[in-house]
Amino acid sequence: MSQTADLVVKDLCVAVEGKQILKGLSLEVRKGEVHALMGPNGSGKSTLANTLMGHPRYEVTGGDVLFKGRSILGLESDARSRLGLFLAFQYPVAIPGVTVSNFLRTALNARLAPRVAATDGSMPAKRGIAPKEFRALLREHMALLQMDESFALRYLNDGFSGGEKKRTEILQMAMLKPEIAIMDETDSGLDIDALRIVSGGVNALSGPNLGVLVITHYQRILDYIKPHFVHVMLDGRITLSGGPELALELESRGYDFVREGKEPATR
Amino acid sequence: MTASENPTGGIRDSYAEKYGFHDADQFVFKARKGLDAGIVQGISQMKGEPAWMLEFRLKALETFRRKPMPMWGGDLMQIDFDDIFYYVKPTEQEAKSWEDVPADMKRTFDRLGIPEAEQKFLSGVGAQYDSEVVYHKIKENLEKLGVLFLSTDHALRDHEELFRRYFGTVIPPTDNKFAALNSAVWSGGSFIYVPKGVRVDVPLQAYFRINTKDMGQFERTLIIVDEGAFVHYIEGCTAPTYSSDSLHSAVVEIVVKAGGRCRYTTIQNWSNNVYNLVTKRAAAYRDATMEWVDGNLGSKLTMKYPAIYLMEPGAHGEVLSIAFAGKGQHQDAGAKAVHVAPHTTSKIVSKSISKDGGRAGYRGLVKVAKGAVGCRSTVNCDALILDEASRSDTYPTMEIEEDQVSIGHEATVSKIGDEQLFYLTSRGVPKDEAAAMIVAGFIEPVVKELPMEYAVEMNRLIQLQMEGSVG
Repeated sequence: MSQTADLVVKDLCVAVEGKQILKGLSLEVRKGEVHALMGPNGSGKSTLANTLMGHPRYEVTGGDVLFKGRSILGLESDARSRLGLFLAFQYPVAIPGVTVSNFLRTALNARLAPRVAATDGSMPAKRGIAPKEFRALLREHMALLQMDESFALRYLNDGFSGGEKKRTEILQMAMLKPEIAIMDETDSGLDIDALRIVSGGVNALSGPNLGVLVITHYQRILDYIKPHFVHVMLDGRITLSGGPELALELESRGYDFVREGKEPATR
Repeated sequence: MTASENPTGGIRDSYAEKYGFHDADQFVFKARKGLDAGIVQGISQMKGEPAWMLEFRLKALETFRRKPMPMWGGDLMQIDFDDIFYYVKPTEQEAKSWEDVPADMKRTFDRLGIPEAEQKFLSGVGAQYDSEVVYHKIKENLEKLGVLFLSTDHALRDHEELFRRYFGTVIPPTDNKFAALNSAVWSGGSFIYVPKGVRVDVPLQAYFRINTKDMGQFERTLIIVDEGAFVHYIEGCTAPTYSSDSLHSAVVEIVVKAGGRCRYTTIQNWSNNVYNLVTKRAAAYRDATMEWVDGNLGSKLTMKYPAIYLMEPGAHGEVLSIAFAGKGQHQDAGAKAVHVAPHTTSKIVSKSISKDGGRAGYRGLVKVAKGAVGCRSTVNCDALILDEASRSDTYPTMEIEEDQVSIGHEATVSKIGDEQLFYLTSRGVPKDEAAAMIVAGFIEPVVKELPMEYAVEMNRLIQLQMEGSVG
């Protein structure tokens, strides 16, 4: 694979409220690949996820992020999304009064139709996907995630259980068809059945057109989503990278062996 | 039609264009500015009213003079009662066909979409232009069932006995200074009577338009829903954008008899130079239901607290309201539920939004009288503040004189959260659209109670208000 990776993170340094969290992190993800990024609490995993998606609270103090060959650091999060980047949130927020269906249609339309700057507040006459087509698409993807149809009319993440929230994240990913998806601790708060369904959804979506970065604290989700590469993150940097076997090593020996700079037994 | 004199700038620019226009002065009679017994006598005489009404008016004028200005709510000190036209008569008589409405006025109402709405989804329409109703019509089938939908002046002329039995009984002129003012100079408004057991399934609507500069509009509405009957009445209002202020001070009285139900929906979109000081109250009797759905988007200052007096057991009242205050606006909105009888229930839901330095709030009263056991009331008031310059106030008052009751009150104040915005934008939705979406979601519990056409209109108005709001 000689061509530039679809997502290139180069020596990324990020501060939050003046505190340096990422200290020169580098990572490359290509479409078709599944990467797992593992690390203990406080190592900066969620900071990386939020920074890649363009959260305004995270200040990039050094390095660069290239997506499909161009730097995206100057882009707002909505533009990054429309370019094909996706973040499945660790804690999806509730948007009361906005239905899952209405939200997804708006999000889909934002990338399907050019936005017309209406001066009189009116909606452009033709805009994005037809309602009938949309409903069919939504139904199809909801079936994949074993979601009841009535779900579409519930308010987004409002009163959802942990499992319902995570399934909704994957539903959004399925509908928006990103090229690179970052999954931030998607396994947290899931029971085994929900984990199986969510992982099944991710697996159904992966393929040559999707690159996935699974951020996780535990190895558990990697029993369901098989990574090609595993990275270990400590104190704002990737300190160790390897194949799938590295995850198992971490599971049995903990993060301490990385911290102590020992070589993994499998190498 | 000329453009507005003084567009307010900022968020309501498009208001000036869509609603803020005005016709050239057009009237068959315009009283001189200012208020005295002579003006009141003139109004009554011109309308050919019975002596008791003139007496009622003059007495109310005395009450108005006697009562001090309220020192709470909004700033009323800028109102100069001597600099207002209290009566501007637009036409000789009200028309039953749009063809008979003078061209300028018809064009105005066309532009506001009223005749179109009448054809598509209404049972009847009234249109008031300055002081008088210029058009009024109800579908024939309802007329045959005995439903009355008239201008209030017309009702006084043709149905004096019925009129007199209820007029001023729910809101006496002594209730407050502005109710007294309205009682003295009232003109226009709607009168509705729905006979026993008759259900008016398709809404009736009245549209109120101020055209004249420095004008005071004082319509008076009286609705009587007889036993087991139902009606949904909708009112809308707009005015030209003038540099000087106008006054709108209405009184709305409603009586819902046993087993009846009335829903009263307001979409208030006055221009930002209108003082909107309105008294609205309903009396609900045994097993009757009264619902106020109140959307306040316009005006400079609104002080309005739709009230329900629950007079007999089984009566139920609801007030669902939205208040949106932008730059230079103060929405002092709210609700009152007065449980006079035992086993009555009420529900108040208030949603207020403030932005660009606007001030919106909830001022409410829940009162349970001694002996009114088994009452239930819930109050939910939520405020959404869109920026640091804006303000929200909550003044809930509870006067509970009985122990065996269930009263719930919840209030939240929130800002559009960065996390909510980030979540929506991370799915590709542009920031301003995301903010509008959050606001639309916030008011959804009230908007979903509106008929579809009005829900669409409400969301569109909110979108207009939200344009360019998030950097």
